Amino acid sequence: MSTAISISGLGKRYMIGAAQQRADTLRDAITNVASAPFRRLRHAGSSTGRVSFMWALRDVSFDIEAGQVIGIIGRNGAGKSTLLKVLTRITEPTTGRVEIQGRVGSLLEVGTGFHQELSGRENIYLNGAILGMTRSEIGRKFDDIVEFSEIAEFLDTPVKRYSTGMYVRLAFAVAAHLDPEILLVDEVLSVGDLGFQRKCLGQMGQIAGSGRTVVLVSHNMGAVRGLCTRVVEIEDGHPVADGPAEQIVSDYVAKQLATSGSALHLPRPLGKGDELLITAVRVLDEDGKSEGVFHSSRPTTIEVDVDIARTNPAYQVGFDLLSGDGLVFRTWHTDGTPDDWPQLKVGRNTLRCVIPAGMLNEGSYAVAPRAGVYRRYWIVNGDEAIWFDVVKDHFESPFSWIKHPGPVAPLLDWRLANGDASDVEPWPATGGDVTAPSPPR
Amino acid sequence: MATDVQAVPRSAVPTLVIEPSKGWVRLGLRELWRYRELLYFLTWKSILIQYKQAVLGVAWAVLNPVLTMIVFTVIFNRILHVGTGNYDVAYPVFVYAGLLPWNLFSGSLSSAGTSLVGNANLITKVYFPRLVIPGSAVLGNVPNFLISFVVLVVLMAGFRVVPTWNVVFLPFFTLLALLTAMGVSLWLSALYVLYRDVQYIIPFLVQIWMYVSPVMYPTSKIPKGWPSVVFSLNPMTGVVGGFRWALFGEQAPNSLFWVSAFMVLVLFVSGLYYFRRMERVFADLV
Repeated sequence: MSTAISISGLGKRYMIGAAQQRADTLRDAITNVASAPFRRLRHAGSSTGRVSFMWALRDVSFDIEAGQVIGIIGRNGAGKSTLLKVLTRITEPTTGRVEIQGRVGSLLEVGTGFHQELSGRENIYLNGAILGMTRSEIGRKFDDIVEFSEIAEFLDTPVKRYSTGMYVRLAFAVAAHLDPEILLVDEVLSVGDLGFQRKCLGQMGQIAGSGRTVVLVSHNMGAVRGLCTRVVEIEDGHPVADGPAEQIVSDYVAKQLATSGSALHLPRPLGKGDELLITAVRVLDEDGKSEGVFHSSRPTTIEVDVDIARTNPAYQVGFDLLSGDGLVFRTWHTDGTPDDWPQLKVGRNTLRCVIPAGMLNEGSYAVAPRAGVYRRYWIVNGDEAIWFDVVKDHFESPFSWIKHPGPVAPLLDWRLANGDASDVEPWPATGGDVTAPSPPR
Repeated sequence: MATDVQAVPRSAVPTLVIEPSKGWVRLGLRELWRYRELLYFLTWKSILIQYKQAVLGVAWAVLNPVLTMIVFTVIFNRILHVGTGNYDVAYPVFVYAGLLPWNLFSGSLSSAGTSLVGNANLITKVYFPRLVIPGSAVLGNVPNFLISFVVLVVLMAGFRVVPTWNVVFLPFFTLLALLTAMGVSLWLSALYVLYRDVQYIIPFLVQIWMYVSPVMYPTSKIPKGWPSVVFSLNPMTGVVGGFRWALFGEQAPNSLFWVSAFMVLVLFVSGLYYFRRMERVFADLV
């Protein structure tokens, strides 16, 4: 076996100040240029004194054999995606070297470059070219792509009139016909619901079985376990585990249980100066277990252990629920009418709060506990959090191909507001094949 | 589908090395050549979209220069009495011939200057030589130019203007206009990734630049001596002048033209290097 990808000493540094700097005006740049001609232009972003650095990757070294299907796993922000962006040459490394032997294709997103105004046919060509196919290659595979996408009759309709499902099918059809020796894939599997993932898995399985080298970044442990022969776990930008998929994934899941289930443990006893201390936070499922993955179809319980030295009616204990995009909501044990507030006793209190079934969306959530004295000061400021992953399974519409946007995915009741309610048929009719509605012409 | 996925033969692709780049980068023209089809597709896309999204579509390519010509003729020729200098043609033909390369330049600037930021989703998801993006945006203006050119032919026929043999040089001056547009667009698009002020600068720049280019007045109006040298530092002075020479045969390119042509080269090459140098941070900043 020859080496397909050889990574040595790879590091990627980001400038934290860079985002600020981008918003800066030219005025700063001009004054800088005046004081040191062209320095700023040549080293854009490096000459503002107050930037700080963050190593998204540091000292990453490993080899990938040709034909190997390797999974890269790790928490959000661990550096997996940065690694893939360096391997795909989207961004440059700061240190180190990568050698790649073979034609590379990357798939960081399905439907990259799709344009709403263009027809399905036009988008196939455009997207194919963006993914690195030649015109003749797309021409050759065109019929296969159309067949796979199942949208043949809407081929000349602008994709803005497509349902989400049709759009994703078409996008994935193009991507699936990418034919490189080395395929780099990021999270594509996690965008869809179960049906879509299954379809992707079938497709990926064929690719993986074809002697092709595949690097797969995913949160989906099932996919990683099912597809990969080898797994590298990345933590804080550095590989911490590397080995057979089965072993690394189960170690990882076990570690997640330890750190995610009852993660926030502050076993410090209540000290002299302490009036209140959150000692533990747990995320539990219906059966009181803190498993790796939670299901949106079932209630999720959050438990907070609070030790207090003396009672104070102004105490507030609660948590922020965060998604990757930010705050989803904040809740207190003192929300609601005062009669219902749980009264905190001196000593250990375990507060319990249930996030009802059918509320959370697919993805990672964080519980960041908070406590404070109402309108006075914070005691626990929500700066520590535990993460848990949710699989959305409380509804599965045939049209929900991709993840619903937004931090919550409530299943709301839809009715026809005009006409007689008794006319309303449940749709899709049970039993029959569900086909996409015709787009308006 | 996918039944055609078979064992992949090992191709003789040379080893790809990914390393931090140091110092001045190579232009990577060979790689650009390999991605010529992407350039083609993105150009094709930008043309399709221009015409699909506008109600009047192709008509804009005619309306824009014709209406501008009418307004300029009324204001500059009839009211302000700006003439055509040495050119023995009617003012409408004169000004339209200047508007052609000018609109190609300004249209390219407007679309290519913001093209990198506008295509941020591509830049952060797929690798390809980033030059393809402003390149396709500039080339996307060529069909408009060609359509406007047909109108010029009609206009010249209407005003009984017979082109000279110099007209064979027209493609050269068109290319010069494209190179100028590309050079400026390379600078602007790369700077726009770093400084969002650029979006406010572009319309302003286009407006000012038009006044300092001999679009609505002949180059002979520019005082001789150092003012004409300063004006020739503007590449568009050479482009517009050359365009009119090719069509009407007056005012052959002199040494001042070559100053303009040299400036085109300076803008283009410096833009190319600056762009390639900044390319490495585009995906992180855009």
